[in-house]
Amino acid sequence: MSWVFKTLNSTLGKKLLMALTGLFLILFLVVHLAGNLQLLIPDGGKSFNIYAETMASNPLIRIVGIVNFGFIALHAIYSAILTRYNKKSRPVGYAVTKSSANSTWSSRNMGILGSLILIFILIHLRGFWYEFKFGEMPYVTYDGVTYKDGFAIVSAAFGNIIYVIFYVFSMAVLAFHLSHGFSSAFQTLGVNHKKYTPFIQKLGIGFAIIVPALFALIPIVMFLQSS
Amino acid sequence: MNLTLKVWRQRNPSEKGGFKTYKISGISADMSFLEMLDVLNEDLSDKGEDPVHFDHDCREGICGMCSLYINGQPHGPHQTTTCQLHMRSFKDGDTITIEPWRANAFPIVKDLVVDRSSFDRIIQSGGYVSVNTGGVPDANEIPIPKVIADESFDAATCIGCGACVAACKNASAMLFVSAKISQLALLPQGKVEKRERAEKMVAQMDKEGFGACTNTGACSAECPKEIKLSNIARMNREYFSASLSTENV
Repeated sequence: MSWVFKTLNSTLGKKLLMALTGLFLILFLVVHLAGNLQLLIPDGGKSFNIYAETMASNPLIRIVGIVNFGFIALHAIYSAILTRYNKKSRPVGYAVTKSSANSTWSSRNMGILGSLILIFILIHLRGFWYEFKFGEMPYVTYDGVTYKDGFAIVSAAFGNIIYVIFYVFSMAVLAFHLSHGFSSAFQTLGVNHKKYTPFIQKLGIGFAIIVPALFALIPIVMFLQSS
Repeated sequence: MNLTLKVWRQRNPSEKGGFKTYKISGISADMSFLEMLDVLNEDLSDKGEDPVHFDHDCREGICGMCSLYINGQPHGPHQTTTCQLHMRSFKDGDTITIEPWRANAFPIVKDLVVDRSSFDRIIQSGGYVSVNTGGVPDANEIPIPKVIADESFDAATCIGCGACVAACKNASAMLFVSAKISQLALLPQGKVEKRERAEKMVAQMDKEGFGACTNTGACSAECPKEIKLSNIARMNREYFSASLSTENV
């Protein structure tokens, strides 16, 4: 098995891990967004609360959830390892650089963007995931069945303008991160072809705009409803 | 033209080095960048100072010897070699900052001269066909589709100047290594050993201390031979499939 570790430990292998975990997290974003959008259904949070309960009680989803945490950690740890390694590859920097002539800003600042997203994830987990799991949750009853009222927690949080601004800012950061990360992952996997690459690049830009925009729309709408 | 040059001066590999500013006048817009440095060195020699050391050879844009990081870009503002960069690209009164390639794997020898033998060692690790393929075969004896021949030739135009490493924020050599892996992997003579070659050349690249790839595309954008990023994707495919299929456990 030493060949597996040798491959994954090479510069190419480390990037492979970044690409694979990144693509998984992209898929996770879609699923997460599908759940979140139910917050906007005007039924006082019924669909959202039932959905949240269904997801939380499904053993398969719980396993995927643990894998998801693992992949977030792996993605972050490997980016730290790679950043350190890459810094060592150029111990003395240039006095003058004109990087804007040859590359996009987001492609050069994936580490900074990713770190901001990690901070967002931690605050986000404390505010919602931890409260849902271990916090003192209010309960609601629909058709004789009792559910945790996650909707109440979310709408309380999104009634706070500071949190809404922080959330929307983080989604903008995510958009820039995805604008490079999406197509970059395919390139690392070796998918580069005249037929598919232009499509993947357009899809990546589209994804990077639409998904964070829809995520950001939810706190804005809920804030406006609360005031 | 009158110019101000900020040039990196470093007497030897272990000395710290620093920028020195020189005023230079009477530069023709038709001079190449290297000819402009020749004028500077004539001046310095006349004054009894040590001339600025820089790499150059063919001065025709085909050998890959000239380097120089000019005003924040390898080979200056155009996608060409420094010898093919002309002073008409600059304006009278400009300040030009000239630095050596910066990479752990390209140690500075003196002033603007860097040691690029790490590239040679990568080639030595597998960038060849190890059997004697004999004399020139008859035309069309080995059929190769035109698109494949072109693709291989495009990769083979890499002159190994190191601009990709210099441009990359990670000082990564992926574009160089991938071009060399690609040019051989695409042709029947090179195909036989492509898996072992990919493994060995990537291992050597890592051993030399080049960085990893962030897919910024800076390398290809600055490459004087316009080597494409698709070569890096091909190298990744070759390396991962080699890792899964060679006998090296």
